[in-house]
Amino acid sequence: MKKLEAIIRKSRFEDVKEALLTADIEWFSYYDVRGQGKMRQARIYRGVCYDTSCIERTLINVVVRDKNVDKTITAIQKAAQTGEIGDGRIFVIPVEDAVRIRTGERGDKSLYDEENK
Amino acid sequence: MTQTLKKILASLVTAVAIPMATFAQGATQAVTPTINNGNTAWMLMATILVLLMTIPGLALFYGGLVRQKNVLSIIMQCLVCVAVISILWIAFGYSWVFGTGFKESGGLLSFFIGGFDKVFLNGVTPSSLTTPANIPEIVFVLFQCMFAVITPALIIGAFAERIRFSGFLLFTILWSIIVYNPMAHFVWGGGWLQQMGAIDFAGGTVVHINAGVSALIMAIMLGKRSDYKPGKPISPHNITFVFMGAAFLWLGWFGFNAGSGLAADGLDANAFLVTHLATCVAAVTWMIIDWMTNRKPTTVGVCTGAVAGLVAITPAAGSVGVLGAIFIGMITAVVCFCMVAYIKPKMGYDDSLDAFGVHGIGGIIGSILTGVFATKAITGGAQGALYGDWHQLGVQLIATGFAIVYSAVITYILFKIVDKIIGIRVAPREEEEGVDVYEHGESAYC
Repeated sequence: MKKLEAIIRKSRFEDVKEALLTADIEWFSYYDVRGQGKMRQARIYRGVCYDTSCIERTLINVVVRDKNVDKTITAIQKAAQTGEIGDGRIFVIPVEDAVRIRTGERGDKSLYDEENK
Repeated sequence: MTQTLKKILASLVTAVAIPMATFAQGATQAVTPTINNGNTAWMLMATILVLLMTIPGLALFYGGLVRQKNVLSIIMQCLVCVAVISILWIAFGYSWVFGTGFKESGGLLSFFIGGFDKVFLNGVTPSSLTTPANIPEIVFVLFQCMFAVITPALIIGAFAERIRFSGFLLFTILWSIIVYNPMAHFVWGGGWLQQMGAIDFAGGTVVHINAGVSALIMAIMLGKRSDYKPGKPISPHNITFVFMGAAFLWLGWFGFNAGSGLAADGLDANAFLVTHLATCVAAVTWMIIDWMTNRKPTTVGVCTGAVAGLVAITPAAGSVGVLGAIFIGMITAVVCFCMVAYIKPKMGYDDSLDAFGVHGIGGIIGSILTGVFATKAITGGAQGALYGDWHQLGVQLIATGFAIVYSAVITYILFKIVDKIIGIRVAPREEEEGVDVYEHGESAYC
């Protein structure tokens, strides 16, 4: 089992979502995140200009079985790419175990439904 | 001591002066009309209500419908519309629409505008009255000012989330001067449509068709938002705002419609009644369609239905009764729903917040149906096709058709000009990350 953490452009989210669904990844969670980076953006408050390096992105969290890691990465990368600086990153993190709360199933089995595997 | 003396003196003076003044009035009553306090009080109130429609009404309604990265751009555009157009209106807009300087001289210019005689409200004093309601002309100037303000603000919905502020500003100023002012003159300021007998009680052609059609042209010319796919709506960021905006619009519209008779009388009471009724019917109709087609009645749906009803009853408010209000509300909700739910996705243009689907289409339907449901019981003269008089319907069709063509053509030209001079659309990166930060240096929620 691996957890993929993908930081993507907000504008690419819909496409990435579609791509994940076509790649049979049925569930994932996502967050609005703010990060620091090289890019600076001027903000103004009552005549005073100040710099923020606040960059807004979407973070997608998805846990997949080892055999699905590559296809998930490809799906996200293809859909999130614009070619410009700031397209984001995908991190792959090993996951020790998982538990499905409803049934108590552990490991790989807790990630997918038996009937439509 | 001196204070008391002064007071006694003052009261003595007034005691003498009042009967004298009354006497003087009695003598000249036939010549100089006196101010009607009741009408004036209501018109001051109505003016405030119409301002509430733009800020905060439209700002919240449109602001809630966009994504959070663009909400400030909408609020700014509404806010600046109020400030800039008001200045233009007092500088020369009022004179262009309601001036009479060109009436005698004639010529081509007199066809489009009234004149330059009231530039910077020249000659409009606290004692000048607008007849027959006998309200101060200053109140009339302000009331009409709020109409001039809200009309370009309505277009904001069409190009939301992708327009440059500078481009918007230049476009709006030019649009107000070249599209709104002449149109208002044709219909309200004694122009040819008014002389022909077109009924536009509170602005179906001047405000809603005018703004709605321009919105369509702008949406098409500007192109889709980069992440918009026809048939896949981009979800609103704050439906609570949408509700508050719709509520302010509903509230303000009573000033808009019931104030348009410029008097506190039975005709305005009727305008109030039909405005409320048509809006309720449209809101309920929209809810039912929503329920039937998508299995759920939605908040945004009812808000949109209410606004569509408000738009459609606007030209008709001074000429229809309860029957007309019910039918106008119902028909408008059905047509506007089809427009935004089925026809817009098919056509593929990106009218972000349905300025055309609701204001344009609602205005066109209302304007035409006025020619159907107008009744002698309310107007005292003209009546619609339902009562056997087809002439009014013909006049309404001409006025509607003309408004569509005029605003479409001029908007197209203005877009080309403004796009050439400063460019209207934002850069792709600005559009992606939100125009708030790039255009205004601010962000709404963080």
